[in-house]
Amino acid sequence: MKTILYIIQKEFKQIFRNKGMLPIIFVLPLIQLIILSNAATFDVKNIKFGYVDHDHSSTSRELIEKFSASTYFNVHTDFPSEKLASQAMLNGEVDVVLEIPAYFERDLQKEKHNNLGVTINAIDGAAAGVENVYVTQIIQNFNKNLLVDLIQSSGSPKIQPINIVTIPSFWYNETLNYKTFMVPGILVLLVTMITLFLSGMNIVREKEIGTLEQINVTPIKKSQFIIGKLFPFWVIGLGLLTVGLTIAKLIFNIPIIGSLPLMYLYTSIYILVILGIGLFISNFTDTQQQAMFIAWFFTVIFILMSGLFTPIESMPKWAQIITEFNPIKYFVQVMRMVMLKGSGFMDILPLLLKTLFYAIVMNGLAIWSYKKTN
Amino acid sequence: MSIKIANISKSYKKVNALKNISFEVKSGELFGLIGPDGAGKTTLFRILTTLLIANEGVASVAGFDVITDYKSIRKNVGYMPGKFSLYQDLTVEENLDFFATIFGTTIEENYDLIKDIYIQIEPFKNRRAGKLSGGMKQKLALCCALIHKPKVLFLDEPTTGVDPVSRKEFWEMLKRLQQKGITILVSTPYMDEAALCDRIALIQGGKILEIDTPAAIVKHYLKPIYNVSANNMYQLVNSLKAYEYNHSVYPFGEFVHYTDRRSDFNPAELKVYLESKKLSNITIEKTVATIEDTFMELAK
Repeated sequence: MKTILYIIQKEFKQIFRNKGMLPIIFVLPLIQLIILSNAATFDVKNIKFGYVDHDHSSTSRELIEKFSASTYFNVHTDFPSEKLASQAMLNGEVDVVLEIPAYFERDLQKEKHNNLGVTINAIDGAAAGVENVYVTQIIQNFNKNLLVDLIQSSGSPKIQPINIVTIPSFWYNETLNYKTFMVPGILVLLVTMITLFLSGMNIVREKEIGTLEQINVTPIKKSQFIIGKLFPFWVIGLGLLTVGLTIAKLIFNIPIIGSLPLMYLYTSIYILVILGIGLFISNFTDTQQQAMFIAWFFTVIFILMSGLFTPIESMPKWAQIITEFNPIKYFVQVMRMVMLKGSGFMDILPLLLKTLFYAIVMNGLAIWSYKKTN
Repeated sequence: MSIKIANISKSYKKVNALKNISFEVKSGELFGLIGPDGAGKTTLFRILTTLLIANEGVASVAGFDVITDYKSIRKNVGYMPGKFSLYQDLTVEENLDFFATIFGTTIEENYDLIKDIYIQIEPFKNRRAGKLSGGMKQKLALCCALIHKPKVLFLDEPTTGVDPVSRKEFWEMLKRLQQKGITILVSTPYMDEAALCDRIALIQGGKILEIDTPAAIVKHYLKPIYNVSANNMYQLVNSLKAYEYNHSVYPFGEFVHYTDRRSDFNPAELKVYLESKKLSNITIEKTVATIEDTFMELAK
């Protein structure tokens, strides 16, 4: 026990003396949290909107007026012809082009229906989908008002507009604030990346500078050595969580509905998984550089398949199966569940057990592959 | 017997690093392992310090088998690898404290053993190990290897890359440690250091060439050996090598060590030959064989 304590003490000394490492541990994650949470948003705003008005009537102007009034659209240009509008879209000057046919107002009054042409730049499929919804909403709204106008002007009391109104209520994130969704996820990213990189590089470093050889000729047990080496990173991981949660609360005002001890309980088990992976990596590498590359490779896969940026439900079946082996996925789920939904212990128990199992397997593999003699 | 090695062989994928090595080191002996780079010295050290497992053969250190009793060996030996391998970002004192703690002891407990060495680096005890000079690093490494009062000390090329003054000091320290009853196995590529050991083993290509005391090893060299010098060293070596009766020709400092194949060798004859090769200032003197001569002869 004394030996372990001494190794831990030594590790902390070395970490705090490493001038290159300190900012990586404490400053970069915070910058990452603040920048990423503000920048990584799926809200589609400032849509560049152009139109071709062949009608030039009061109704067509009214429709365009609706678009200018919306906060999502920046109405830029009135194109004289469809050809010019296409050209502008090709050049990236507009994202959405609305084409109003000639005699739009006349036909609408006469035949009670008409067609509008909407062209959307769909290079970014997700954004195009959102833009489509916005455009449709505005036109539907316009249509409804128009209907009322038409009914009134024709003076026929018999026709009543029948409408089904849906009132969506968004649970757990009422204002659809993107940051509420992203901050817990990015917090996960931060805890994972730092602990994985540091633990992966740590034992390799002893190999690289030759101290491992010296250590191996001492009566120190491998369990003592491993615990002594990894414990500091477990502490640092929990420290990062604390700092991250503080920022989430103070800067982003993210609601923390669930219980904090539960979050810490889960994180403390989760970090064991990451430390196991880190140790496993360092057993199969000889230099810090190699360890860094391998750790990076796994982090990228884990992050992209974690449901942090893209929902797991929309991944192909095989990819969904792979995500079952992704510890980051569980962490992201737990953080979002506990922080935003206030899930309790029983709700996250299945995830907790899976993570615990993962931790045991990973650390078992890592210790098994760590050999004092070759 | 402090170290016993019997028929040890070790091969890496393609290289046979050690071929059937056997020797013994007595308790309290300062034993030198002399050989060029790549002779297998480090491999043998790694086997004896339980870092590597031999393919064949048995070995024991301080009475413990290197395979079955490796844990006891780790408690009872000190190892100083060829490459400086202490924590560069910890201070002198912290390094020493660290090794004392993991051996379950304290600096105070065994201070008398390291005192002679430690007082030399004590003024720098708050300096980081990475910022020490080469000789200082060496002394610190030796302190760390000694802090748990080992029975056997393994020193792998401790003086490689160290200046001549520090080298001399280092060997004096080893002599003092030996008097305290510690068995020392030291490897070195320097032949002059070999003469300071009680016994030496000449090793090359994974094989032991000869084991004896330095004085006895020199006596194995039976042929009379001559110091030859002339005005042009390069031409002298070439001329001697071209001489039909030469047995060996090795440049040795300002001289060339020359031995002849004939038993009735006459130096005057050689002088005439060399003069015919347009060399001047020729001197030919009989000299005593050194360990290096013996090594070169055996390694032939």
